[in-house]
Amino acid sequence: MKALVDWLDSRTGIRDLMHEALYERIPGGARWRYVWGSTLVFAFFVQVITGFALWMYYSPSAQTAWESVYYIQYQTAGGWLLRGIHHFMAQAMVVLLALHLMQVIIDGAYRAPREVNFWLGLILMQIVLGLSLTGYLLPWDQKGYWATRVATNLIGVVPLVGPALQQIVVGGADYGHHTLTRFFALHAGILPASLVGFLVLHIALFRKHGIRYKLPPKFADTSFWPDQVLKDAVACLAVLAVVLFLCIRPMFSGEVEPGVPVTWGAELGAPADPSNQYSAARPEWYFLFLFQFLKLFEGWGESGELLGAIVVPGAVMGLLFLMPLIGKWNLGHRFNIGLIVILLAGVGYLTFAAINEDYQANWTDRGQFAELIPVIEELGNDPEKINSHFAGDAAKIAEYREQYKAYEHYRKSDEYLKAVEAAEVESHRAIELASGPQMIPPTGAVTLLRNDPFIQGPRLFAQHCASCHTHLPPPVAGAEPSPLLAKASAPNLYGFADRAWLTGFLSPDHIAGPNFFGGTAHAEGEMVGYVKDTLSGWEADDVRKVVLALSAEAKLPAQAAADAKDAAEIEAGRALIANEENCTMCHKFGETGELGAAPDLTGYGTREWLIGMISNPMHERFYRDANDRMPAFAENENGEGNLLDAKSIGLLADWLRGEWMRPSHEQVAAEPAAEPAAEQASSAEK
Amino acid sequence: MAKPPKPAVKPGDDAQERRNFFTKVAAVVIGGFVALVPAATGLAVFLDPLRKKSKAGEMLPIAPLGVVPDDGIPRQFAVVTEHVDAWTQSKQPIGAVYIRRLPGQEQPECLSATCPHAGCFVAYDQPTDTFKCPCHNSSFAVDGAIIEPSPSPRAMDSLESEIVDGEILVKYENFYTGKAEKIVKL
Repeated sequence: MKALVDWLDSRTGIRDLMHEALYERIPGGARWRYVWGSTLVFAFFVQVITGFALWMYYSPSAQTAWESVYYIQYQTAGGWLLRGIHHFMAQAMVVLLALHLMQVIIDGAYRAPREVNFWLGLILMQIVLGLSLTGYLLPWDQKGYWATRVATNLIGVVPLVGPALQQIVVGGADYGHHTLTRFFALHAGILPASLVGFLVLHIALFRKHGIRYKLPPKFADTSFWPDQVLKDAVACLAVLAVVLFLCIRPMFSGEVEPGVPVTWGAELGAPADPSNQYSAARPEWYFLFLFQFLKLFEGWGESGELLGAIVVPGAVMGLLFLMPLIGKWNLGHRFNIGLIVILLAGVGYLTFAAINEDYQANWTDRGQFAELIPVIEELGNDPEKINSHFAGDAAKIAEYREQYKAYEHYRKSDEYLKAVEAAEVESHRAIELASGPQMIPPTGAVTLLRNDPFIQGPRLFAQHCASCHTHLPPPVAGAEPSPLLAKASAPNLYGFADRAWLTGFLSPDHIAGPNFFGGTAHAEGEMVGYVKDTLSGWEADDVRKVVLALSAEAKLPAQAAADAKDAAEIEAGRALIANEENCTMCHKFGETGELGAAPDLTGYGTREWLIGMISNPMHERFYRDANDRMPAFAENENGEGNLLDAKSIGLLADWLRGEWMRPSHEQVAAEPAAEPAAEQASSAEK
Repeated sequence: MAKPPKPAVKPGDDAQERRNFFTKVAAVVIGGFVALVPAATGLAVFLDPLRKKSKAGEMLPIAPLGVVPDDGIPRQFAVVTEHVDAWTQSKQPIGAVYIRRLPGQEQPECLSATCPHAGCFVAYDQPTDTFKCPCHNSSFAVDGAIIEPSPSPRAMDSLESEIVDGEILVKYENFYTGKAEKIVKL
């Protein structure tokens, strides 16, 4: 062994090298306060290792970036941990950088002869921030996409070269493949390579000048190895422990419940979609202060953004660069310490303000606005109305304006939190669909969401149906029914054609109520009359059989088990419906009855029936001229000039029927729930 | 075959200094050239996006007129078109617009959903009948006019629209954000 080392030493001089590396003198002994630089090197080392591993799976393009990150996170053994470590270590690195910088400034370690090394450190800080900015986009999820749009749009504000610079960074006029390939080249190539280069210089200069210490040292000198190395190693262990804790934090926060998807490690939002409103857009937390800072330039016009995004942050960086020169002045060091304290306080304050603005609804009692809300609904921000309401009393008007402002702040935060929740639902759904048997098509995961009734149904309904119809689950016991119900002019379609819905519909107490025909012209129609006068006299069990039989026509996925179980009663119900003295007097049902007087009950509530009804309620199969105001959404079979395309109508029908891909653990849970839900709904009706 | 080294010449030897000068010039020129060729090639490709033009600016069908009732309430629509992204072409949404019609008016008003401040997706706030940006708090009246004080330097970007055969067409364009003037991104 010794012979081998001797040989190597004679060829390379390794002994001297190792000696120099390990036995650097540390005046005054090893100290905990010297660990920050080493933890940063450690953090970078972790990022390189985990980054290389991620690289083996990552594929930068608009159709594969999210998809490959999804695959790392959910389909690769240990992938969540790998990505989690990379994600949280990046955040740890920013925190460590701030500590390192603060210590260097407070200790005056930037002063001669260490000026150049201080500047190298600031350059390294810029590179690390650049790495985190570029890394945020790479998953190509909604969060990264919208944050990057803002960041790159701000580049465009730079005078003269801004637009060109923006185009170079984005890789063209629009965001797409080349935005990802460029950001990836920066993130995995150019920036880390520069970081290594500057880090080598930084450490070399640090070794040249040695540790800056306070005179006189209280303790005896030691060498780097092993005393300081041990302290550094313990500090790195602490950093790693924090990062690992963040990766597995759901284990400690009680978020783990059976059947509920848990995000281990870093979260992955829904795939990026420029047409999908994303009101939860925020930068990474350590950039929140810059985000908040931009809000301050209200009413500054064009110069506000230039100041807030470019000039002021640039000037602050410039001041940091000047610190070694300022430090030469008598009071310079104190000035520098004051400056860094003020800067950090400002950053802290802005970060707090951003978080407070977004999350205040979580700790604000909505009840305090209870009396105010009706007033605000009436007056709003209309100066004339406010003036006349308070009869020109300036004090009261000022008070109202304060309250209005407070309420709007609350509401804004509430909207934000709802947007975050909606974003979580969407990202869970994207992951659920990607993990489903269909997997991800070559057009990318965004297609899965665009073709998903669970996601698109509510949107289509809100846009095209909700001005007349409601879709409200029965209120929980004791709760007031939604005020929307009274305003609606068409039936509540929640659970359309299921047993609970039909039980309510065929009940004389409810058919003319707000959940069914109450708001329509049919409230005075023959069906309501029949239910009130004739059906009310039936045996309850016969009505139940009719409900079961008619509901079975729909073949609702959630009722499949119940329909199979009640086959005998359904058969009896079918006979009741088909009896020419009952339903088929007016309705057609299979082979009996005729079209023309009332909607066809054959296949009532099936996908095909719903598509037909939405497409054209005036069709002879449905309401003909008795149709009450419902538009025909796809009158023309060739598709031209229709209000809705066939795909959208299909999505609406699927959503109304509760027919969408469900993960395997939910399929088991959904079926036995059908019957109790039905009872609950009919009792809520009363 | 390498020539044996020439004996060192005393300083002040003009011929030797001249030779030294030419050696230096040659070393810098050749060294510079071999470094410049890959650097310039790389730079040219790196700057290629400057040549690329956005395809936005055509009249694109958004929705049938019938889905925008003349109630003055803006409705959100995706802008779907054949989109070329480097090597792929597919029909996909490239952005979103708000369209509304004033009572009794056939001609719709169309606004881009992109915030003119920094490019976030502006949301329509029904209770106050205004547009609110979820990012830096810019807010706009329902017709897109800026509500001061706002960090946004201009009103929401209105887009040209027309009705052809009962279908609303919109000229969808992107504009530079953060500028007082509406400048089209080409």
